[in-house]
Amino acid sequence: MEFWQNFDWSLLLRCFIVGGFICIIGQILIDKTKLTPARILVMFVTIGTILGGLGIYKYLVDFAGCGATVPLTGFGNNLAKGTIEAVKENGFIGIFTGGLKACAGGVAAAVFFGYIASLISKPKMKKQ
Amino acid sequence: MQKIGKQTLKFDLKPIILETACIAGPKEADGPLAKYFDECLEDEMWGEKSWEKAESKIVKETVNMLISKSGVPSDKIDYCFAGDLLNQCISSSFGLRELNVPFYGIFGACSTFVEGLQLASVFIEGGVNYAICSASSHFCSSERQFRFPLELGNQRPPTSQWTVTACGAAMLAKEGDGPKITYITTGKIVDMGIKDANNMGAAMAPAAFDSLMTHFKDTGRKPSDYDAILTGDLGHIGKDILIDLCDNAGYNIKSVYNDCGVLIFDKLTQDTHSRRKWMWMLCKCIFWIFI
Amino acid sequence: MDNMMETAKEYQEYVNQKSPNSPIWKNCFNAFWIGGLICSIGQIIFSFCLYKGLDETTSGTIVSITLIALSAFLTALNWFNKIGKIAGAGSLIPITGFANSIVAPAMEYKSEGYVMGVGAKMFTVAGPVLVYGISSGIIVGLIYFLFNAQAVLV
Repeated sequence: MEFWQNFDWSLLLRCFIVGGFICIIGQILIDKTKLTPARILVMFVTIGTILGGLGIYKYLVDFAGCGATVPLTGFGNNLAKGTIEAVKENGFIGIFTGGLKACAGGVAAAVFFGYIASLISKPKMKKQ
Repeated sequence: MQKIGKQTLKFDLKPIILETACIAGPKEADGPLAKYFDECLEDEMWGEKSWEKAESKIVKETVNMLISKSGVPSDKIDYCFAGDLLNQCISSSFGLRELNVPFYGIFGACSTFVEGLQLASVFIEGGVNYAICSASSHFCSSERQFRFPLELGNQRPPTSQWTVTACGAAMLAKEGDGPKITYITTGKIVDMGIKDANNMGAAMAPAAFDSLMTHFKDTGRKPSDYDAILTGDLGHIGKDILIDLCDNAGYNIKSVYNDCGVLIFDKLTQDTHSRRKWMWMLCKCIFWIFI
Repeated sequence: MDNMMETAKEYQEYVNQKSPNSPIWKNCFNAFWIGGLICSIGQIIFSFCLYKGLDETTSGTIVSITLIALSAFLTALNWFNKIGKIAGAGSLIPITGFANSIVAPAMEYKSEGYVMGVGAKMFTVAGPVLVYGISSGIIVGLIYFLFNAQAVLV
């Protein structure tokens, strides 16, 4: 298949390593601090928006592709990037419309699939 | 009944634990105490629509079983002391609404059962004939109330505990055969500032230690006077801490002491981490003896 | 307390030394390869979208939606918490963890009704992520706007 012939394997490797390292940072926070998962997620998103706002995060995205965009820091970066672009385009109002527009797909999908999952499935007793 | 020492009541009539009943969930049924349960469930839902309804049903069936085992007709029962971990003690109050017995809803978290026993034994000393104490918990309803949704993919740290799915109930009577309650020592709230919600054993051990020491001082007894000293749900870590604390205070409790949370699950095979239990819990506030 | 652990601090130190630590090396290893794997799945989808001629923004959105759908599907099958138990941050930090933190409460609170249960409590875990994410995004936009006001207005 032509897709695999042109596939950038070194990008995939960088993506794997960077994505994995971001997760290791999260894992150290889980094990070494008393932070709850929600707090860790909040931290990652906020750090992502800050790095995105400062224009630093895009270098990581250029380097690692989805290794930088799939972790929640990428979600934060997306929010910051979207806001800045919207400000460039629409001025002041862009401050409020840009962020959600940029992550609309993800949020809408999570809400919708969450609702569907609650219709078709029930939580099960954990065995362990 | 008279007060001795700082926190202890000494009973004259010595209320009798006439009968007990217990229904436990499937995970508990795999544990080493399974043969002592009156009934083990195959499934945590027990045919109900929600975990809370299932817990209510467990309470209801346990108390019904207690009544039929003890042979005391329900219109002879004077009081019922029951509690659980949920808001407004819903599993106890819904489970026992058809019982038609005067009802005290109690909440003592891990110490609910012994709290009930203490209150009921004071009532028996006061002249009441029969009183029921019951306490229940359910893993899934507690997770929802206190922690995270069951399907959330988080890791449990090694110090976390596992809430038992079960209900235990006891019938206390003025007369009859059975173990007697001779002294009760009510514990104080002791907070040593442990903030880790995943290390409850360490948070509770100082209170258990304080209650034990007070009990020994008030009654003038020592650990070797007892066949067994039990705490409710300190878990493996809390149990070790309590033994250490007592050792440092000059009391060696190691040979007679155990923790129900440690007893109910098998550490190696069941992966419950520190686990907890709370049916026969003598944690935190109380401490009783059989004669 | 009698003669030991006079202060809360001493007791805390004693407890820390007494409590077993999480197996951090094993946890980090699992978080690394599972987290990396999830990102790599995203990368393959992303590259495929580009190959099909979509632009980068659309491809990124498709990656998010696909991973979210996958995570929701695994949560509905009661599998995600089993993966999460092994992976820890490896499944929490990628967008899959965000999706799981919306889907899991939705399923859990179903028993409290579809409006005040599923509808209201869906965001008990993920709500803060949106609140802080969106708020910090707005602050970034505000700062950008103020610093580049001339450029934007001209």
